[in-house]
Amino acid sequence: MDKTIIEVKNVSVKYITGDLRNIGLKEYLMKKLTRQYEIKSFMAVNDVSFIVEQGDMLGIIGNNGAGKSTLLMVVTKIMQPSAGTVKVNGRIAALLELASGFDADLNLKENAYLRGAMLGYTREFMDKKYPEILAFSELQEFEQRPFKQLSSGMKSRIAFSIASMIEPEILILDEVLSVGDGGFREKSEAKMREIIQNGKATILVSHSIPQIRRMCNKVLWLDHGNQIRFGEAASVCDEYDAFLKTGILPEKENK
Amino acid sequence: MLENIKCKIKQNRFLFEELVKRDFTKKYKRTVLGMLWSILGPLMTLGVMALVFTQFFGRNMEHYIIYLFCGNLLYSYFKESTGTGMTALYDNSGIFSKVNVPKYMFLISKNVSSLINFGINIIVLFIFCIIDGVPFTWKFIFLLYPIGCLVVFNLGMGLILSALYLMFRDMKYLYDIFTLLLMYLSAIFYSIDAYSQEVQYLFYLNPIYVYIRYFRKIVLEGAIPRLSFHLLAAAYALIALLIGAVIYKKKNYKFLYYI
Repeated sequence: MDKTIIEVKNVSVKYITGDLRNIGLKEYLMKKLTRQYEIKSFMAVNDVSFIVEQGDMLGIIGNNGAGKSTLLMVVTKIMQPSAGTVKVNGRIAALLELASGFDADLNLKENAYLRGAMLGYTREFMDKKYPEILAFSELQEFEQRPFKQLSSGMKSRIAFSIASMIEPEILILDEVLSVGDGGFREKSEAKMREIIQNGKATILVSHSIPQIRRMCNKVLWLDHGNQIRFGEAASVCDEYDAFLKTGILPEKENK
Repeated sequence: MLENIKCKIKQNRFLFEELVKRDFTKKYKRTVLGMLWSILGPLMTLGVMALVFTQFFGRNMEHYIIYLFCGNLLYSYFKESTGTGMTALYDNSGIFSKVNVPKYMFLISKNVSSLINFGINIIVLFIFCIIDGVPFTWKFIFLLYPIGCLVVFNLGMGLILSALYLMFRDMKYLYDIFTLLLMYLSAIFYSIDAYSQEVQYLFYLNPIYVYIRYFRKIVLEGAIPRLSFHLLAAAYALIALLIGAVIYKKKNYKFLYYI
């Protein structure tokens, strides 16, 4: 019963950067007049294709700036690809970056509900799930604290708890599991295995190759936006480890 | 268009409620006095204006305080709604760059709290009307029309301004200057009767003045404006909303790059 959950086909993303960020109108006009206004663009993701099937756990690896986060933004439909197509079957719960999108002034419960709302769930559903989320995060005593008073480890705990307890069909985790103490990390890995066993798909972005080896069955390796490898976890990880030692990039695979 | 937005709001009701709740909690910081401030602010402005201008402009005018109140009420609502709406997108950039949510929700939720403020201040206006002996007529029902137009107009302006603010961070200062000028051009504390007919028509280029004029016509003169006036009021609102909606539609995936 192979079921394709995510199909990414020849996706490229042209990332725009340069003077359009953090600029004022005065500055903009001055730069326009003196012809210094500059908008640069580069291919953050260049012709990447992969398939995630039911029960798969895909690891995405690569150095900083390889385009991992940009690719996830396309999968979660925050960004539109400049070329290629993305097909997603199912509801995504994404954790892009650690504990992002939470409001510093709200307390834990309010933030949990807000996050649930953003992921498209109903109030009744959150009323039912919230006790489980709180229990899993083990942060009961901090329930009424504003978020800014929590440590970053606690924030990532609650973020993971929300994303995993609301039974997403697709779970996307970007550098989430690297923080948090050992005990919680083990618990969250177990939870993720449970999610996978329930036939759901997961994408994990991590710099920890041992963790990728332990958790994932497929791996996608990106470098400067280019797809170096997509395949079985063990073999791709071996090649990646060799690359880290020698610094020589292997030939791009023929698609 | 409006139906479309309404339908989407329905779909996202939970998110909408949570956002409104968040904006309220943050605005009033969980204090009771917070709500009171939103009445006290306009009342103090009104008091100062009445004190200063009654001798200049109010001598030949009946119910000058109500005249002032109408102008101030609508202008303050416009200023607050667009002023807070302006930062809606930027303040929530941490959210929409991580989660795929309809971006206009942030603006609408901010508009709700200024609309509630506005509602409270309308009640205060009616209380003033009773004290000042302004007769209530059935025509007061027609006040809903300019209110509706202004709500839509503010929404449209909020869409435009929040997009502009994301692109140009100094928009806030420019807008402060703009609203100050707008206040003087909206005939809040003076009457335009002294100007020639041609100049009086120029005032109709200012949407805020149009809405204020409508209010005063009903409250002070007990008369319903002409049909063309209704059309003008609606046109300003719809044009603003249309421009705002087009910007959001076109830039939906580009906003990300400006953060």
